[in-house]
Amino acid sequence: MGVDSKVVDYVASLAKLYFDDEERELVAEQLGRILEFVDQLREVDVNHVPPTKHVIDMANVSRDDAPRPSLPLEEALANAPESIRDYFVVPKVLPD
Amino acid sequence: MSLDLSCLTCASAARAVAAGKMTATELTEAALAAVAARDPGVGAFLEVHAERALRRASEIDASPEARQAPLAGVPVALKDNLCLRGQRTTAGSRMLAPFSAPYTASAVARLEVNGAICIGKTNLDEFAMGSSTENSAFKLTVNPHDPSRVPGGSSGGSAAAVASGQVLGALGSDTGGSIRQPASFCGLVGLKPTYGRVSRYGLVAFASSLDQVGPMGRTVDDVALLLSAIAGHDPNDSTTADEPVPDYRSLVTDDPGSLKLGIPRDWLDAGLNAEVRGAVEDVLARLEGAGARIEAIDLPHERYAIATYYIIATAEASSNLARYDGVRYGARAENPRDLADMYSKTRSEGFGAEVKRRILLGTFLLSEGYYEAYYGRAQRVRTLIRQDFETAFTKVDAIVGPTSPTTAFPLGEKADDPLAMYLSDVYTVTANLAGLPAVSVPCGNDADGLPIGLQVIGKPFDEARILQVARMVEDLRAATTRSSP
Repeated sequence: MGVDSKVVDYVASLAKLYFDDEERELVAEQLGRILEFVDQLREVDVNHVPPTKHVIDMANVSRDDAPRPSLPLEEALANAPESIRDYFVVPKVLPD
Repeated sequence: MSLDLSCLTCASAARAVAAGKMTATELTEAALAAVAARDPGVGAFLEVHAERALRRASEIDASPEARQAPLAGVPVALKDNLCLRGQRTTAGSRMLAPFSAPYTASAVARLEVNGAICIGKTNLDEFAMGSSTENSAFKLTVNPHDPSRVPGGSSGGSAAAVASGQVLGALGSDTGGSIRQPASFCGLVGLKPTYGRVSRYGLVAFASSLDQVGPMGRTVDDVALLLSAIAGHDPNDSTTADEPVPDYRSLVTDDPGSLKLGIPRDWLDAGLNAEVRGAVEDVLARLEGAGARIEAIDLPHERYAIATYYIIATAEASSNLARYDGVRYGARAENPRDLADMYSKTRSEGFGAEVKRRILLGTFLLSEGYYEAYYGRAQRVRTLIRQDFETAFTKVDAIVGPTSPTTAFPLGEKADDPLAMYLSDVYTVTANLAGLPAVSVPCGNDADGLPIGLQVIGKPFDEARILQVARMVEDLRAATTRSSP
């Protein structure tokens, strides 16, 4: 399928990415070529074929619901671009 | 400083330490000296942990018990998408440039428990997305056999560090060939374990149903030794298998008995470089001469593997990389208008072109109206690809063929053509889709002296068998020339 810059804008908004005009055109062209390539899967008959979500046969793995040590708070916050007390700080969510 | 690492292997170095003929400190100093002398021309390392490495080496030297460990004093390198507590872990991305790992990856911890000394972190394609290491945000790594060529990727730094004699072994990660292809390009042995054989805890996630951590080394024996150290169940990775870990080295014997090897019918067809084909045909003929039976097999859905792989890998990547939002760790853009702008600005500045392209593609493939047509269909084709292997393995013990359609290509050749770069993974992605173990072992050189790799794919958890085949190839070659850069 063809990809125009409107599609790129929509998907970029879902993925939280910005592209300038030049990038948008290039990415639209490259995505179009890649999608054309993967479209070959349409010729495969997949009726009655179950999907592989995981290659190993395993059910959910659970452990006892008992507390155990975890990353100390100060270490969990150490990599944050900005923190105050026990919190991650983010820019204002709602306008004034 | 007289010790030269290029005369040693992981196995011989650990033996020498155990016997008191060499110290871990001497080995570590030799590695650090080799990095100082050789890495400026190779560019394998992003960071070297000299002080930490020497401290650990002296701890080993001080303990008679630690000196007996299977990897005592062995200098190794880690691909920089594996966490090491207190050290920068960048995954080759500006996004993680400020990130210091708060814990150590399980595979790395196991190497250290077994006595290995981590010398430093190696370069990679950003978030392991690439086949040449040219997508790193930080530096260029070249092939030690020819500095005008790529080392392969995405574990290109790990491959170049071992191939240039700076360390004796390394860890990489393999999502679609990222251990095997650079091993092939740099003349090394590189193994992608069965999915679930090695813990992914502490590996920066790319595509969770495909990623595996694995070893790279100069000999089959070394790779077997490293694999025995890192394999096994891990409570911190619920996808690891609760299967016993054999001593892989002791299983690789001089007398393999009878082996049945399959060569997929169209793997030696057009599209394959003639010299690569020649080297693979030659080694197959010699394996046959050594008693192996070789027969043609069919993998009818193999030709859909690249398309299937790029749908599944990009879809999973778009989901995994959603965590990079500038809030909890990593980079954050300056002066955002509001929260939404902070997310988008951070991601647009922090990710490189290939990563953005894959996130965009993956997001598109998972979006409403397209999910079933692309992702759902790819998961079903993945089932057919797995079934092809199951059928093949009722007839043969292992599958052999080229690792890559070419030898190491020139720097810049495919950098602007993502589809051409994707197609260079044609022989490696199937093992990831089917979750199978696969190893690349050197099997010859082209006219320019560049290494050619043979790939051996095995049944699930049958690493011992593919290492056995790799060992046969190694022995057959030992009779002829052995190249080193």
